Amino acid sequence: MPTHSPNSLRVALPENWQIAGFGLYIHWPFCAAKCPYCDFNSHVAAHIDADRWKRAYLSEIARIGSETGDRVLSTVFFGGGTPSLMNPDTVADIMDAVRNTWTTANDFEATLEANPTSVEAGRFAAYRQASINRVSVGVQALNDNDLKALGRLHTVKEAMSALDVAHANFDRVSFDLIYARQHQTLAEWRAELRAALELSPSHLSMYQLTIEQGTAFGDRFRRGKLPGLPDEDLGADLFLLTQEICDAAGLSAYEVSNHARPGHECRHNLMYWRSGDYAGIGPGAHGRLSFQDRRYSTETELAPGRWIESVEASGTGELSRQILSEEDRDLELLLMGLRTVEGVDPRRLSKRHRVDLRNESLLDLEYIKLDSDRIFVTPRGRPVLNAIIQELVRQT
Amino acid sequence: MTDLAHIRNFSIVAHIDHGKSTLADRLIQSTGTVKDRDMQEQLLDSMDIERERGITIKANSVRIDYKANDGEMYVLNLIDTPGHVDFAYEVSRSMRAVEGSLLVVDATQGVEAQTLANVYHALDADHEIVPVLNKIDLPAAEPDRIKQQIEDVIGLDASEAVEISAKTGLGIPDVLEAIVTRLPAPKGDRDAPLKAMLVDSWYDSYLGVVVMIRVMDGVIRKGDRIRMMKAKAIYGIDKLAVLKPKMVDIAELGPGEIGIFTASIKQVRDTKVGDTITHEKKGCETALPGFKPSIPVVFCGLFPVDANEFEDLRAAIEKLSLNDASFSTEMETSAALGFGFRCGFLGLLHLEVIRDRLEREYDIDLITTAPSVIYKIHQRDGTLMELHNPADMPDLTLIDHIEEPRIKATILVPDEYLGDVLKLCQDRRGIQIDLTYAGSRAMVVYDLPLNEVVFDFYDRLKSVTKGYASFDYQMTGYREDKLVKMQILVNDEPVDALSIMVHRDRAEMRGRAMVEKLKDLIPRHMFKIPIQAAIGGKVIARETLSALRKDVTAKCYGGDATRKRKLLDKQKAGKKKMRQFGKVEIPQEAFISALKMDS
Ligand SMILES: Nc1nc2c(ncn2[C@@H]2O[C@H](COP(=O)(O)OP(=O)(O)OP(=O)(O)O)[C@@H](O)[C@H]2O)c(=O)[nH]1
Ligand SMILES: C[S@@+](CC[C@H](N)C(=O)[O-])C[C@H]1O[C@@H](n2cnc3c(N)ncnc32)[C@H](O)[C@@H]1O
Ligand code: SF4
Ligand SMILES: [Mg+2]
Repeated sequence: MPTHSPNSLRVALPENWQIAGFGLYIHWPFCAAKCPYCDFNSHVAAHIDADRWKRAYLSEIARIGSETGDRVLSTVFFGGGTPSLMNPDTVADIMDAVRNTWTTANDFEATLEANPTSVEAGRFAAYRQASINRVSVGVQALNDNDLKALGRLHTVKEAMSALDVAHANFDRVSFDLIYARQHQTLAEWRAELRAALELSPSHLSMYQLTIEQGTAFGDRFRRGKLPGLPDEDLGADLFLLTQEICDAAGLSAYEVSNHARPGHECRHNLMYWRSGDYAGIGPGAHGRLSFQDRRYSTETELAPGRWIESVEASGTGELSRQILSEEDRDLELLLMGLRTVEGVDPRRLSKRHRVDLRNESLLDLEYIKLDSDRIFVTPRGRPVLNAIIQELVRQT
Repeated sequence: MTDLAHIRNFSIVAHIDHGKSTLADRLIQSTGTVKDRDMQEQLLDSMDIERERGITIKANSVRIDYKANDGEMYVLNLIDTPGHVDFAYEVSRSMRAVEGSLLVVDATQGVEAQTLANVYHALDADHEIVPVLNKIDLPAAEPDRIKQQIEDVIGLDASEAVEISAKTGLGIPDVLEAIVTRLPAPKGDRDAPLKAMLVDSWYDSYLGVVVMIRVMDGVIRKGDRIRMMKAKAIYGIDKLAVLKPKMVDIAELGPGEIGIFTASIKQVRDTKVGDTITHEKKGCETALPGFKPSIPVVFCGLFPVDANEFEDLRAAIEKLSLNDASFSTEMETSAALGFGFRCGFLGLLHLEVIRDRLEREYDIDLITTAPSVIYKIHQRDGTLMELHNPADMPDLTLIDHIEEPRIKATILVPDEYLGDVLKLCQDRRGIQIDLTYAGSRAMVVYDLPLNEVVFDFYDRLKSVTKGYASFDYQMTGYREDKLVKMQILVNDEPVDALSIMVHRDRAEMRGRAMVEKLKDLIPRHMFKIPIQAAIGGKVIARETLSALRKDVTAKCYGGDATRKRKLLDKQKAGKKKMRQFGKVEIPQEAFISALKMDS
């Protein structure tokens, strides 16, 4: 991986997480409308007291800072919901607090997720002022019919101009597409993907539409009212086509659904996949924090109202903090790490003997490969990653 | 202690779904046996499976106190029975404990196959029968036509049939009066030595073994030392009670009464239904005749998914067979599945119910092998072998000929579906014996091979007749036919648990159906899997299950780690519910589902 020197993995570091760094995730739980496929913790609210929310985030930063203030912070990520609905002031005050709390890394990355409507694009300049240096834009589709079917509030034209504004303000811009949509053919996706690549993005996330329980799509699907979704074979073909076209365009996958030109990978997300440490603040945010030999999994109150009341009343939005067992740490290391092209350094596993690293059938099928210091899933194996992981951890 | 003249014991019998349990509800409710706020529909169907499937599986008894129009108090003991053909044994057994039957007939459906079968059982038991026409609240009810039908088809006087709606409660007082005035009081001698019939028994996690009895002669009291005559076991009565339907302790039970006792019974096998119970000292001389044993007709292997649970399975089966005398078991070993049991059942629903109960009530995951009937293998050397399990089939060169069990099936069906029914019977190698009409309905009698009926005949019959046909059958005997063993090979390895016996002429068809089914039932693996049906070494059907192509989740970020890890844990647990055959994992439900035919 060019962002980190490959040698960094070879050095046996005292604390596992430091290999991947330390990041801060900030969850903004509000959206202008709820998309029918979305199971993120996102809500439509009539009125948001911006000051009150700002105070709550600042209080949470102070709380996390008091236990991690001596660390170097590599990344911040404003995720949602729709963080591009946040007041630039709020973002600026939060970013100030962040930089006052931690020493930031030389290659510090601060990403904000944005929806591509004109209102939001209008704030991009102000976000740059607030020291955001990367945006990830939720374009989702390059045809208006599908945007409508996905319940999006923007058109292709608006998305294009939002991307223009983004490029004018930020060196690092990514956008998201959802494919494997209803009735989408291989030919249609090929054309759309080519059009996306015409925009010469340096980073592109492409997710196959996932039907999640508890969403509007989930309900429709259960009632048989969501026709035209691809079967496994078409899903596989769409995935392979995506790899093929992106490889040819120099935008290879560095993770299952994420493609970048070398050097343009999302550092925050890489930190997740490399099992780094991260603090999560905001409603429903998860965290992983290591202290001494222990690694904790943290969770905050899910409901926005409950979260903010809890922060105000008790000075913390954290709902639980649990020690992760060695088995669970190992599982997470594999679940997250094998999604990346670089794979996992098996020496980071605490119970290495229980993972079937030399699984014969996986090696025979060339689904996995073993190097001296890493195990990784090949492009052949990547589409069936879940089965591969199940096979590897059968004994745990 | 109630005097004989004030006791009435009866069973409620009917074709499936004609409203027996609902009638029992109303009798229980209108006599105040259970308070309104504690009532629920089909109160006596207390097992989870009964409530889920909406059918009665176990006969249940309740004692009701009723003040009749003559001003006297009566004790009524009712037994609600199951209607499905697989549980007919439960009905005939219950009838031995009582003197009369309420024959419930759905006034919108009329006489069905189990109505007839139950009348025969009732006559066999010398019962007085009171016909009850139910569901007259429905616009489609035709009580007069159905009365005529009862007279024509059954030959029972229906002029005084009671017309009711068990749902609304209409006519319930008339039923209660008919019970008192038209059913006979039991007979018995209070001063004779104790003679009681062991009617039923079950395992209660709280009380241990509970035994239900009907006292014929003498009196039984708490603290008595009793003897089970056939089991030759002696116990002291700890608890004596009646079911209302909650247990209510009682000091003694005299002739004609029905109740339960517990006696710290350790040996589950000491409580055989049909046994006679008497006092240890001064007992009665002759035992009651006992029950005719039930004859299991479908066999399958039950194996724990987790081989370590074999002992748990053994204990569970022992407890369950206490509650269900009609299923038989013996130990079995299989190369692929390890230790398990070969069990015999009265039908496929019975099999499914037992398997469900073992899994739920005893929390054991099971593999069920392909169900089979008993074949008679006549070997060249003149010896006869009974084949319960196709896996045990001897080498072909040793076999002279094979016989299979046949049944006489009686099907009642409205005219418009007759053609479909005849086709179904014909497809299943049936030979028509009789075809008569009663009004707009046909009564068809067929001679059919049992193995064609056992799995899904009843389901198919219901589906081709939209539920309007009814069905009953009896074993008739054995007949020689061209039977072969068909093996299923998954990834080129034979899976014994899927071997079945088939008629040679139907083998291709069955083989094709099975491999197609299996292709859907087995999840994709990382490699492609040939699935074949073969007779001897010859492949007669083949499908290929493609390799898994895509299962990766699209999104996985920091917030997903916990959820994805828990999902993985769940998937790992799910895998434990599958059995490995060579490199292939087959889900447990595949073994039965693969055999069900869609046409
Ligand atoms: N409309 C109407 N429905 C009734 C009446 N009696 C019963 N039912 C309905 O018929 C269905 C079957 O009733 P059950 O009492 O479970 O029938 P059953 O004879 O005990 O059935 P099995 O025990 O499975 O043989 C249920 O849906 C009842 O609600 C009635 O008098 N009128
Ligand atoms: C947290 S969402 C939020 C970003 C922003 N609110 C938006 O909608 O553009 C991040 C991305 O996940 C993807 N996503 C959300 N739900 C999805 C689903 N059910 N299936 C596939 N991708 C999904 C979308 O591409 C979305 O841009
Ligand atoms: S997809 Fe984005 S905009 Fe739509 S509801 Fe989810 S978080 Fe909000
Ligand atoms: Mg019932």
